[in-house]
Amino acid sequence: MKRLMLGNEAIARGAYEAGVRVSSAYPGTPSTEINETIATYSEIYSEWAPNEKVAVEVALGAAIGGARSMACMKHVGLNVAADPFFTATYTGVNAGMVVVVADDPGMHSSQNEQDTRLLARAAHAPVLDPSDSAECKAFMQLAFELSEWYDTPVIVRLTTRIAHARTPVELGERQELPLLAYKKEPKKYVSMPANMIARHRYVEERERRLAEDANALPVNRIEWAQRKLGVITSGAAYNYVKEALPHASVLKLGLAYPLPERLIREFAAGVEELVIVEDMEPFFEDAVRAMGIPCHGKAETGVQGELFAHKVAGRFAGGKAYGPMTTPDIPMRPPVLCPGCPHRALFHVLNKLKLHVFSDIGCYTLGALPPLGAVDTCVCMGASIGVAHGIEKARGVEMAKQSVAVLGDSTFCHSGMTGLLNMMYNRSVGTVIVADNSITGMTGHQNNPMNGRGIHGEIAPALDLPKLCEAMGIEHVRIVDPFDVKALEQVLREETERDALSVIISRRPCALIVKEKRAPYACDAEKCRACGMCMRIGCPAIRKTETGVWIDHTQCVGCGLCGNVCPFGALGTEGA
Amino acid sequence: MTTNIVIVGVGGQGTLLASRILGHIAMENGYDARVSEVHGMSQRGGSVTTYVRMSAAERLYSTIVEQEQADFVLAFETLEALRALPYLKKDGLMIVNTQQILPMPVITGAAEYPEDALARVRAAADTVALDAVGIAEQCGTFRAANVVLLGVLAKRMQFPAEQWREAIRALVKPQFAQWNLDAFEEGYRRG
Repeated sequence: MKRLMLGNEAIARGAYEAGVRVSSAYPGTPSTEINETIATYSEIYSEWAPNEKVAVEVALGAAIGGARSMACMKHVGLNVAADPFFTATYTGVNAGMVVVVADDPGMHSSQNEQDTRLLARAAHAPVLDPSDSAECKAFMQLAFELSEWYDTPVIVRLTTRIAHARTPVELGERQELPLLAYKKEPKKYVSMPANMIARHRYVEERERRLAEDANALPVNRIEWAQRKLGVITSGAAYNYVKEALPHASVLKLGLAYPLPERLIREFAAGVEELVIVEDMEPFFEDAVRAMGIPCHGKAETGVQGELFAHKVAGRFAGGKAYGPMTTPDIPMRPPVLCPGCPHRALFHVLNKLKLHVFSDIGCYTLGALPPLGAVDTCVCMGASIGVAHGIEKARGVEMAKQSVAVLGDSTFCHSGMTGLLNMMYNRSVGTVIVADNSITGMTGHQNNPMNGRGIHGEIAPALDLPKLCEAMGIEHVRIVDPFDVKALEQVLREETERDALSVIISRRPCALIVKEKRAPYACDAEKCRACGMCMRIGCPAIRKTETGVWIDHTQCVGCGLCGNVCPFGALGTEGA
Repeated sequence: MTTNIVIVGVGGQGTLLASRILGHIAMENGYDARVSEVHGMSQRGGSVTTYVRMSAAERLYSTIVEQEQADFVLAFETLEALRALPYLKKDGLMIVNTQQILPMPVITGAAEYPEDALARVRAAADTVALDAVGIAEQCGTFRAANVVLLGVLAKRMQFPAEQWREAIRALVKPQFAQWNLDAFEEGYRRG
């Protein structure tokens, strides 16, 4: 029987059936469930790596070591991993290696809208682009075969609508493959100029060969229908084309790079008008134009946001194209920090002290939104520290004393350490806050090198952050519970004023991983003076009433932060 | 014939369980199905939208439901029902929980919660409105409000009630199953 599986689960299943032995990943929406699912297969060694660069290096090492291997990440993770990846396409592999990269058109949960196909082309890596979960599974098998036939890592590229949609999948058996012999091959694996000059020639030759073979690859297929309109498409866009333009002929490119030129020419010659429908950048369109074939697409669909069936129908079939789905006169519901979130207390105090906050990627990015509104910048993983240091060097020590860098435990492990080392080495007097909530929160609670748990929840060695700081030569390290708002405020004043680099560890577990259930809070109307202090923390469970406040018991987790900031002792658990 | 369902609510309300139960039933009946979930920026508190598409005969492609395509909108919160109105087909049915969860712009005073939200929904669409939280609390826990709404939907769909009960037993943790089964019956009775 078929099972409904997320694209991400089907990718993991495909890896399992293809005999993968090693999988390394850093969590990132919309890719996270791939490695979470891999972790349920006892036949595969899986791990959370501190970042994507490490994950790709681990996968490459495993592949050179003779085991089919994979690394998984979101699109911006490939930027972090670009260094090893761009040379891995030169060294090639022994057993197959696949890098799964999930793009996020429309930016549901990302800082940019980059198109992985462009990076893959720059790295000379083949890209497979599945359209549903069944293809996710099948393309993983193909990806490993291509990787081994053409001696290169292969990218399987997903988009949010593929990664996070459940569609039917037929399960198969795992193929047990022997570990291939490990051979020391310096001419292939030692990336010295003399060796890589020869490998670059191989890369060029391989890419030409794969482009030629792609003309006959079954995942590149023409679906002939009426010849008036022909559409070249792939991935999620294929689904919209099939629904919006049921009478059009379609060239579906399962292999999005390198492109099958003869097949494209045959298709173009067979239709009156050629249209390209693709999410994100004009990747196919530019290539088809470069072949001298007239076509159009991006002029109508644009490069921003997601494609939808109605958009495709509206642009190419005279259908009704709706605008963005907004109801203008009703309030938006932006994401918020959860009730009980330790970051709320931290940002409440940062806001109160009117500090410049250079923040980072994680739940605490939400400290930027009203009423906390405490964040000046957020760029990419780990950037809080570099940005704070750069502003200090541009504007001087006084600026540093009015600023903090804020990043989470997982983000610090991902790419905060080198930035902190730079601050120490180059004599910063800044203050770095590690908001340690003992989990990688925003991606849905993955363990990390600082929380003492491995991918299966087992006890794991934990990074000792105070000792790390000490080893770096940082003398001032403070640990504080952010819910003790008075202590936090005091520590922040002392450390920002100090003429030396300091690290504050703001430590309290994520409210969603706390097992112990606490009674919800309520407002004692007799004590409440309606001063509004508790409204400033921006808790979604507290709302203003005519006479004071009311706490929604279905949302309150009893964290007590409102009680800590109430000057009149009006907020407490019922009966207390 | 394809049935399109949009489930909207606020992060943490249990919209994913509802979509998984629907997907389970579709597969049990040999339908083609698409269930889409988008994970946003926050674990709790932001708008959440899930799409479910199922079809006995037609092959489905797109994983999302677009404007004026939904046969049913299952709204876990009243403001979200109002926001989701454009999804509904002209003869589509809105099933709405009368619970109000204030979004942050309302809490901060930057915007007002439209007090006529439910009236506007009723005026625009065929609507079943009920206090799913109150009903679920009667069954044992307010967390089963999602299954109360699912009960209403079940009454209006083609599958026998027993299949829904089986799906609930299959997908809900055993210790919570009875509360959810009771919540389902309460919704089904009102559907």
